[in-house]
Amino acid sequence: MHDITLYVNGIPREVSVPARRLLSDCLRHDLGLTGTHVGCEHGVCGACTVLLDGEPVRSCLTFAVTVAGREITTVEGLATDGRPSPVQRAFAECHGLQCGFCTPGFLCTTTAFLRENPAPTEEEVLEGISGNLCRCTGYQNIIKSVHRAAELLAEEPT
Amino acid sequence: MKPPPFDYHAPTSVREAVEVLAEVGAHGKVLAGGQSLIPLLNMRLAAPAHLVDINRVAGLGEIQTDATGVRVGALARHAQVERSAAACLAQPLLRQALKLVAHPVIRNRGTIVGSLVHADPSAELPAVLALLGGSVRLAAATGEREVAAADFFTGPMESATRPGELAVSAFFPAWDGGTSFIEVARRHGDYAMAGVAAAVRLDDLRITAAKVVCVSVGPVPVVVEVTGECGNRPVASVDWRAVVAAVQDRIEPEADIHATADYRRHLTGVLVERALKAAADA
Repeated sequence: MHDITLYVNGIPREVSVPARRLLSDCLRHDLGLTGTHVGCEHGVCGACTVLLDGEPVRSCLTFAVTVAGREITTVEGLATDGRPSPVQRAFAECHGLQCGFCTPGFLCTTTAFLRENPAPTEEEVLEGISGNLCRCTGYQNIIKSVHRAAELLAEEPT
Repeated sequence: MKPPPFDYHAPTSVREAVEVLAEVGAHGKVLAGGQSLIPLLNMRLAAPAHLVDINRVAGLGEIQTDATGVRVGALARHAQVERSAAACLAQPLLRQALKLVAHPVIRNRGTIVGSLVHADPSAELPAVLALLGGSVRLAAATGEREVAAADFFTGPMESATRPGELAVSAFFPAWDGGTSFIEVARRHGDYAMAGVAAAVRLDDLRITAAKVVCVSVGPVPVVVEVTGECGNRPVASVDWRAVVAAVQDRIEPEADIHATADYRRHLTGVLVERALKAAADA
């Protein structure tokens, strides 16, 4: 077993894990943060996407021990003081989700994507979310949500 | 599924890493970005007894660029190289290829050198290294060696890396001409059914050097020199059927769930012409 500290949503969390513990399982099982969803467990579906030092990564393709000492943001960490983030509000407003299974991955991916590219074109949005699968929406409302999130973020006081 | 258990090593220097690798020999596997290795572990297609995690090894993340080309360290992520203006100016084919590697999120973790050692014949980066005649630097407890791309890829998912060796960097030479990379996949970011990268040099609009590399149509990336077939002519008067035929003679496509062998051969032919024209235009 390895004793590690992860800084999850700004809070230092000490945890003892075997080396083979995936970051996704560490978050869900060891830390009880079940907002991060696990779909395919081989990097295809994107449901488990979290932010590692601000960059989106697949938590199912990352060992917890590898990222010891790093900052992780999960879907639970996107809201501020109980108020959903602009990306979360845009998804709610545009019906960018139905069953909600893929949503944590889309929210984390979109949060990082818009930070890097605050005013994306249609094509850039498609490329930006191409690594996340959704079985309900048919993607059209997710694409709308990303554009709407860009608008909401632009209106945010900096 | 979950990965099988393994002994975990987290060296902090290349020296420490190669010492561990020498000790564990064929039972050891190097973990860098993990975007190919961890799926294999999760699906239990690989079960190494020892995993040597090099993510804490100092000095492996560097990208060095000069007029001769780009040297990429073992921990340089795909996304880092894709964003490096200097690297992509020195060798534009890197960015052309990286845009086709999986999805942006995978590219945040995956490493260039890891892709090379993984040696997937459908992958873009081994093809780029092969086309440019680059090389991979391998470190071992006994010393370092530089292996040319032509000798590095030895079979599907097989490279010249021996047990106990750590690939510490790869060198992508500059090309004084145009390049392009085009592929066809069922969905953007999927493995290509067929893909072709081309490098072309022009002199007064005539093609004086041309070569292509094809992915997904053989056990290793297939490099074909087509300068002769292009015949020192301008793009508009090249006998493209002869060029395509020369490449199609050299590939050995196989059928799978995504495409028949004939379809891959056809696609490769179409892409050869497109890629060479795009490289001549670049």
